[in-house]
Amino acid sequence: MISNILISDPTLRDGSHAVSHQLNAHQIASYTAAADAAGIPIVEVGHGNGLGASSLQIGESLLDDTTILKIARENLIHSKLGIHVMPGIATINKDLKKALSMGVDVFRVACHCTEADITQRHISFIRNKGKEVYGVLMMNHMAPKDVLVEEAYKMQSYGADGVLLYDSAGASIPSDVKEKIELLVKSLEIQVGYHAHNNLGLAIANSITAVQAGATILDGTVRGFGAGAGNAQLEVLVPVLEKMGYSTGVDFYKLLDLSDFAERELMKVVPSIKPDSVCSALAGIFSGFSKHVQRISKEYGVDSRDVWFELGRRKIVAGQEDIIIEVAVKLAAEGGKGQ
Amino acid sequence: MADKKTILNVAILGTGNIGTDLMVKALRSPFLDCTLFAGRNLTSAGMTKANSLGVRVSALGVESIMKDPDCCDLVFDATSAIDHKYHWSLLEKMGKIVIDMTPSRVGEMCIPAINLDSCLKYKNVNMVTCGGQASIPMAHLIGLLHQEVDYIEVISSIASRSAGPATRINIDEYVETTEEGIKIFSGCKRSKVMLILNPAHPPIDMQTTVFAKVKKPDIQKLNAAAVDMARQIQAYVPGYQLIVPPVLENKRIVIMVKIQGLGDYLPKFAGNLDIINCAAIAMAEEYAKNSRSAPIRASAKNK
Repeated sequence: MISNILISDPTLRDGSHAVSHQLNAHQIASYTAAADAAGIPIVEVGHGNGLGASSLQIGESLLDDTTILKIARENLIHSKLGIHVMPGIATINKDLKKALSMGVDVFRVACHCTEADITQRHISFIRNKGKEVYGVLMMNHMAPKDVLVEEAYKMQSYGADGVLLYDSAGASIPSDVKEKIELLVKSLEIQVGYHAHNNLGLAIANSITAVQAGATILDGTVRGFGAGAGNAQLEVLVPVLEKMGYSTGVDFYKLLDLSDFAERELMKVVPSIKPDSVCSALAGIFSGFSKHVQRISKEYGVDSRDVWFELGRRKIVAGQEDIIIEVAVKLAAEGGKGQ
Repeated sequence: MADKKTILNVAILGTGNIGTDLMVKALRSPFLDCTLFAGRNLTSAGMTKANSLGVRVSALGVESIMKDPDCCDLVFDATSAIDHKYHWSLLEKMGKIVIDMTPSRVGEMCIPAINLDSCLKYKNVNMVTCGGQASIPMAHLIGLLHQEVDYIEVISSIASRSAGPATRINIDEYVETTEEGIKIFSGCKRSKVMLILNPAHPPIDMQTTVFAKVKKPDIQKLNAAAVDMARQIQAYVPGYQLIVPPVLENKRIVIMVKIQGLGDYLPKFAGNLDIINCAAIAMAEEYAKNSRSAPIRASAKNK
């Protein structure tokens, strides 16, 4: 029996964090064209935190959303074009209407894992326009399984086609994934998916655990190009899934070529697990904070590890990058020494 | 003035967190009396609170004011942006002053530390948003002290438990209304606003960061002005604190403030609700103080 796993590739979206949102027009055009040729079902583009997120807080994009979407749309023939939005940052009027008019096929509406009701209007809006829409529970390591089910259930009621758990801090271990995904699959009538980060070296392990627990959608990026230590490496994930008897529809050789090409064309540095990524995961802080924590810790002469753990103690969530400055100022005033 | 105060009778529409906290604050004010608390559900927590404080309640919403137009001089509308448009169409005909707590963008935007006096001539005043009340005074200073302000960005983090259903459903209006307020009061060309809900326990205090990109940042002048502005805001929002005074980081001006609530009806962590309510009460008191000279009907009443 072969089950299909829907692969979505956010290399250009999550990988945007890895290059401080500086991907250029040529990189976006050539990657989308090559991903289309490799049979990647969904290719996600945009700023690391989604549409409308180019900012002083998170990082300014080299290209605006309109330009990115236009280039991606021109180059994706068979693959669907996907985007990510976070209510509280992106609005229906400013961002979703634009994305719809530019021909986006798949919408991911994301929020912190306990705040699903802020996605209600965004999900319903896309649902009513007849497009594919998924709910995303970010930073899922911060909530127990019964809370996640409740939040996922809300997204289902708003009209989502599926719900994905994001391990945004790369903080989860396989037993977490198993119990959470199993409960979601058992409780929901819609598809369930998983988006891994590799801070603890578990991105592939967590992804296949999710599939074994009943998930049918997985995210992966070539060379793991993504925030922090990166994501589940797509050219590893796909063959592992095939070996386990799942089908993805992705052309293996072309995927390998795509990954070589992307390493050359997109990456200054291929993501790897640095001490910073391990601290980020153990502190339970969003991987996208990595570059900011490094820069600000250096500027204020404090130990970045202390900054990560202080952010963790304060239970800071995605989008709160400004707090890094406050924490660094405070640690510097205390003489720069932590625990 | 002190011996013969004019007391304005106020009605509150909407019996959620904002409306109930406003009622407690209005009852404490020497310039205001709360004569009606109107919503839809007589068994809500807010209605129960009103009963316990001896405030007249009604489940008829805006109709309760239409049935008894003399019950109030001023109406706080703490319902929703959509409902406010309907309420204003009725209340305007009755000649009421309306302080709009929703992000409807119908009336004149009011930030007490900036334009309290000039708002007196309007009958519909909009309190922008909680993040707007926290950030716009600082954005205004950035605009005053710099020749060319290209861009201002505001990020507010609030405790998840302080964000009720109306805040959540109106999150887009929150973002767009605050962005507009920043542009109006600072003169910047572009603005961006983000709202982050944080579910940590114990709940976090409201914290707001203002980032700006300007041609020639004058941090020294801005610093003195920000300290002074924070003091002015503290006169009506006691829990307002400047926690990171203006600094230049990575070529951006950064200012951070924190707002702790008074803990009237809501817990102290709900600084987001407290700041917009404190601002609205400051506006209503200003109407009361000026009601003899202005064309506003006030019922003199002794407390």
